[in-house]
Amino acid sequence: MKLITAVVKPFKLDDVREALSEIGVQGITVTEVKGFGRQKGHTELYRGAEYVVDFLPKVKIDVAVADDLTEKVIEAITKAANTGKIGDGKIFVTNLEQVIRIRTGETGADAI
Amino acid sequence: MENNIFELQYALDTFYFLVCGALVMWMAAGFAMLEAGLVRSKNTTEILTKNVALFAIACTMYLVCGYQIMYGGGYFLSGITEVDSAAVLADFAAREDGFQGGSIYSGASDFFFQVVFVATAMSIVSGAVAERMKLWAFLAFAVVMTAVIYPMEGAWTWGGASVFGMYSLGDDFGFKDFAGSGIVHMAGAAAALAGVILLGARKGKYGPNGEIRAIPGANLPMATLGTFILWMGWFGFNGGSVLKLGDIGNAHAVAVVFMNTNAAAAGGLLGALVLAYILFRKADLTMALNGALAGLVAITASPDTPTPFVATIIGLIGGAIVVLSILTLDKMKIDDPVGAISVHGVVGLYGLLVVPVTADGTTFGGQLMGAATIFVWVFAASFITWMVLKVIMGLRVTEEEEYEGVDLSECGMEAYPEFTNK
Repeated sequence: MKLITAVVKPFKLDDVREALSEIGVQGITVTEVKGFGRQKGHTELYRGAEYVVDFLPKVKIDVAVADDLTEKVIEAITKAANTGKIGDGKIFVTNLEQVIRIRTGETGADAI
Repeated sequence: MENNIFELQYALDTFYFLVCGALVMWMAAGFAMLEAGLVRSKNTTEILTKNVALFAIACTMYLVCGYQIMYGGGYFLSGITEVDSAAVLADFAAREDGFQGGSIYSGASDFFFQVVFVATAMSIVSGAVAERMKLWAFLAFAVVMTAVIYPMEGAWTWGGASVFGMYSLGDDFGFKDFAGSGIVHMAGAAAALAGVILLGARKGKYGPNGEIRAIPGANLPMATLGTFILWMGWFGFNGGSVLKLGDIGNAHAVAVVFMNTNAAAAGGLLGALVLAYILFRKADLTMALNGALAGLVAITASPDTPTPFVATIIGLIGGAIVVLSILTLDKMKIDDPVGAISVHGVVGLYGLLVVPVTADGTTFGGQLMGAATIFVWVFAASFITWMVLKVIMGLRVTEEEEYEGVDLSECGMEAYPEFTNK
């Protein structure tokens, strides 16, 4: 099992959710986050003084998947979140040791 | 029959005074909204608390002793609570022509009109020291300011008293400050400046290498509403300062003052907006708002003498001055979150000095003498008061409290508890 964490532009969230639903993903967790990458922040002006917005708003999506779905999920997110411009975000893939469904106590791939 | 008309004139002039006073009272709402809009959301509850509490303190202290010091109305207003109808009618009848001459109106209405000016002066202070001053230190200062500091300089000017027996601003210098560019606005700014110097800048405002960082206000719709409320209240501020409505000459004077006050505000807004655009290539709303207020402050010293076009120009220049002043104060590391010292202090001084251009009988030197008297007294007395408070209780919240926001440390509640991002 893998945990796929994608950080994407907020306005792409709906597209990503739909793309994941289409390939059979059953659930995702979404967090509003802030950060910077190579895009860096940008400057704004207030009463004649510039100020830098260091951290830009992004959306973080966590998806737990069985191994066989991993490549499809990565592909779906990459396609849905791509604008071709700087700041599209990143996808991180990590090994997932265990998953437990709290209601039934199921474990492993059955619990995803 | 004639007595009936005198009674009506008394009623009309008293009513006019009360309505104008109520308009000025509403300026407290304007200041509260303007200041709440220009601070960060974590400091909103505290700035609002300061604004409501300072208004109540001003009303109470001016009632206890301020009005007595300024106009001799008796401690606890003991001298103005009753009216002797026969004596009032006799005052009217004693005139050559009962309808002309100075206004005869209720003493209680005079107190009401004067007390809201005290609150205005104090409101100016709260914006400049926002986001870092302790609530109770500020309120303690408000007590001294509204009980003694403001009434003293008010007595020397509108009250006609001599300055510590040395000279009289009105008789010796022909000093004119119609509705208080200096007496109210520059005085408030002088007290604010003394406080800001002792308090220091907000953390993070100025970088170690001299860079100036912007700290944007949280709610510009609120700041805009506050500005419009102040603009509206100003018609009472200046219009009421004619002091009389009840004859053709004075009724027209009130209308002229309304007209010029409005013209100057419009000119001020345009001056600031255009200059800010030229300097930054952006239409800075906060500068435009400060510009409208600058126009109002500038015209306040003599709204009855210029033509409407000249009033517009006086406001326009005031609006330009306020932009340059805000930038200059920032370079001097005098941190004023809402621009109060520039709007009320620098432009208040300009308003006093521009009076001789349109008002006969005033001189540049006389205006300068009045401005200097007010500034030196208010700044020095305020500086000492702030110093004493600093030693006794401290002026500033801790660094951690400032980071968390003074809403939590001073008031224990947030303005927007359902928003999670600060």
